[in-house]
Amino acid sequence: MSVRLRPDAVEEAQEALRGHERVLPRGAGTKPALSSPPDGTVTLDVSGLTGIEEYDPEELTFTARAGTSLGEIEAALAENGQYLPFDPPLVAAGATLGGAVAAGTSGPLRYRSGGVRDFILGVRFLDGEGRLVRAGGRVVKNAAGFDLSKLMVGSAGRLGVMVELSFKVFPQPQAWATLTVDCAGLDDALALMGALATAPLDLEALDLEPPGRLWLRLAGLADAMPARLERLEGILERSGERLEGEEEGALWREVRDFAWVAEDAAIVKVALVPKRVPELEAKLEPLAVKRRYGAGANIAWLAWPGERPAQELDELLRSLGLAGVFLTGSPPKPMVGTHRGGAFAQRVKSALDPSGRFPDV
Amino acid sequence: MLLSALGAIYPPARILTSRAELAPYECDALTSFRASPRAVVLAESTDEVVETVRACHRLGVPYVARGSGTSLSGGSLPIEEGIVIALNRLNRILELDPEQRTAVVEPGAINSQVSAAAAPHNLFYAPDPSSQSICSIGGNLAFNAGGAHCLKHGMTSSSVLGAKVVLPDGELVELGGESIEPVGPDWMGLFVGSEGMFGIALEITLRLMPSADRTRTVLSAYESLEAAGNAAAKVVAAGLLPVAMEIMDKLAIEAAEGSVKPGYPEGIEALMIVELEGDHETVDREFEQLLEVLEGAGATEVREPDDDAQRALYWEGRKSAFSAVGWLSPDYIVQDGVVPRTRLGEALAEIGRLSEEHGIRVANVFHAGDGNLHPLILFKGSEEGALERAEELAGEILRMCIRLGGSVTGEHGIAMEKRAFLPEMFGEEDIEMMRRLWRAVDPAQIANRGKMFLPEEELERDEAADPDAAPSSAAVAGTAGPPPGGASSGEARRDTR
Repeated sequence: MSVRLRPDAVEEAQEALRGHERVLPRGAGTKPALSSPPDGTVTLDVSGLTGIEEYDPEELTFTARAGTSLGEIEAALAENGQYLPFDPPLVAAGATLGGAVAAGTSGPLRYRSGGVRDFILGVRFLDGEGRLVRAGGRVVKNAAGFDLSKLMVGSAGRLGVMVELSFKVFPQPQAWATLTVDCAGLDDALALMGALATAPLDLEALDLEPPGRLWLRLAGLADAMPARLERLEGILERSGERLEGEEEGALWREVRDFAWVAEDAAIVKVALVPKRVPELEAKLEPLAVKRRYGAGANIAWLAWPGERPAQELDELLRSLGLAGVFLTGSPPKPMVGTHRGGAFAQRVKSALDPSGRFPDV
Repeated sequence: MLLSALGAIYPPARILTSRAELAPYECDALTSFRASPRAVVLAESTDEVVETVRACHRLGVPYVARGSGTSLSGGSLPIEEGIVIALNRLNRILELDPEQRTAVVEPGAINSQVSAAAAPHNLFYAPDPSSQSICSIGGNLAFNAGGAHCLKHGMTSSSVLGAKVVLPDGELVELGGESIEPVGPDWMGLFVGSEGMFGIALEITLRLMPSADRTRTVLSAYESLEAAGNAAAKVVAAGLLPVAMEIMDKLAIEAAEGSVKPGYPEGIEALMIVELEGDHETVDREFEQLLEVLEGAGATEVREPDDDAQRALYWEGRKSAFSAVGWLSPDYIVQDGVVPRTRLGEALAEIGRLSEEHGIRVANVFHAGDGNLHPLILFKGSEEGALERAEELAGEILRMCIRLGGSVTGEHGIAMEKRAFLPEMFGEEDIEMMRRLWRAVDPAQIANRGKMFLPEEELERDEAADPDAAPSSAAVAGTAGPPPGGASSGEARRDTR
């Protein structure tokens, strides 16, 4: 009997999962490095599990099936003046809600608002045995039981197949404004970022385009914007280029959706802190790898050239003790560099996927 | 055997075994559960903690890690056949890096001291449980503590970036890191809120936040508690994102005025404190909008504190509410359920109705912005059956929270207090998954055993007695009466006084 690998219902997904020894879920496939099955593994396509199940604008929360496109969710929220503050990438490319959680991808706005992990409220997922498990809830605050919703963030389909997710959202700011500032070089830019880290000023996004261009984004009441931009320039002790309106929004969408990454390059996310940037820069500069630092240099986004083996980046990151993940391209394993978790990770994986139906993390 | 193993790790002065020495460790802030452990060890280094966990694992002795003992759900209640590892001497702030906005602390570090250390750099540690001047970061992490200001800044989970952890069998692992954005599965996120059952965090990397340029606070008064709840919903619906939004009812106001004397308006039924923070250019404008919303929502009085000192006093009245209630009643139970914030008015009306029906006074102090209720159920423990009657009412309030689509706990955790209610909120498969996780991480089941889940033998016993029975308050109470068969399995005893 052939089992459907593109289920429309949770029961079908359970049946499909149980019918195969090695399974990897896939949403819209916008992060193929995470959703391409290793040899002998079948793809469980969950892009048919769609639809917003509950959305109460006054509550600022929603519940949707995991295969729902982020575009559909953003549109529904926008109708009510709300948005996803974690700013997920690849919306226009068709990325799904479940895919954003599995990849753990947040965009530039995560700097101030928080990432996927800070907005997820609850999940229903299939474990490796096909059991349907619910964790978390639908309310904005909840400390009941182990926080399996958070564990799903970044799990890359290796710990469970998400079928339904609940999130909180925020009201959209009235206006946006961006200041780009060119510093004398990397050291100057990092020093300025250090000063901004403790400045009494709300920055929605703070990106570094090496070697020395800073991107600073403000949001809030339109009336307040000119005065805030002026104060920001005062703190920076230099003026920059101001951007507002449609052009400003488009610029950040390009950043968020990796328009700056060449087609044959792979998108890689690396976790770090600002003080580690010089070491990483010293390694990447000679390799001519295009890159950008997001969330106040808490994330490095790399465009890893197609002709360079993933192994090389794995070793490079290991030498620095940094963890990274390929989102696109076709590396042998998406996780590269030094990952933590050790015995805890192994034990959790064995509880969620005792027969090893999903690939290793 | 146990004592000689501990004697190899600690000098005699740091192993407590006498009745008098153990007494302060018999309970935490949930005083209705008490148990005396075999010993308490006072750890002064993380190596000692690791050695202790390894000894416990080798000897099959359960342990409970304890910080300041402020858990409201019985999270650090001792296990009678086990030991308590006291972590409050491990209280150093090891590192503070303003430019990365991080601090590395030991588990016994006190919550408010982290903010105090960060303050010279214009930074602070966001989670602010009302017990922040005494509670420990390790305990905050284990129970995913919240606080008034987590409406905007998130719970403890959003502020813990990484930790060095000793697992229940003594193995050391590192979870998370320094970055605010992790890569790979969020192991750290799963560990936070695991109620001590996944091990002990030895070194914790915290995220610090920059202090706001401007903070504006407003106190508004209402003719009924329901009206205050509806006003909170209107603030949220207006698109404002307050950093905190708190409501107190008449009884709670009375208690506050009886103790810390915050100077709230007199003769009112309910008050709400709303705080905005951010850039002054924005906040000053949003504040005008907030005042309009409050006035339109039926506030009978709207008052802004004159200065920072008065603001601090307004907050002190709110934050000391739990202890101030002692001024009204010798004993109380504090509940921690959550309801969808749009149903706050409805939930408050129902609590009022239940209070009347049961003839038990209930004071309400709560986080209105996120629908997290804190009904304080007042009783006199010396009265026969009063605790049980109060628990029955508490149980009905929790069931209402579940019925309205909320949660049984927003920030205090399950531990002892609500373990009978977890099965009402989650299905069998969900709880079995949690148990599987626990068994995988701690196969010997020695880390804070007995918390979060009802002991399996008790479950079987309950099922055998009445398969359809909803958990009763007696089940919450562990072995409230004499256990069936008369044999005590070392469960905590109830202190009914």
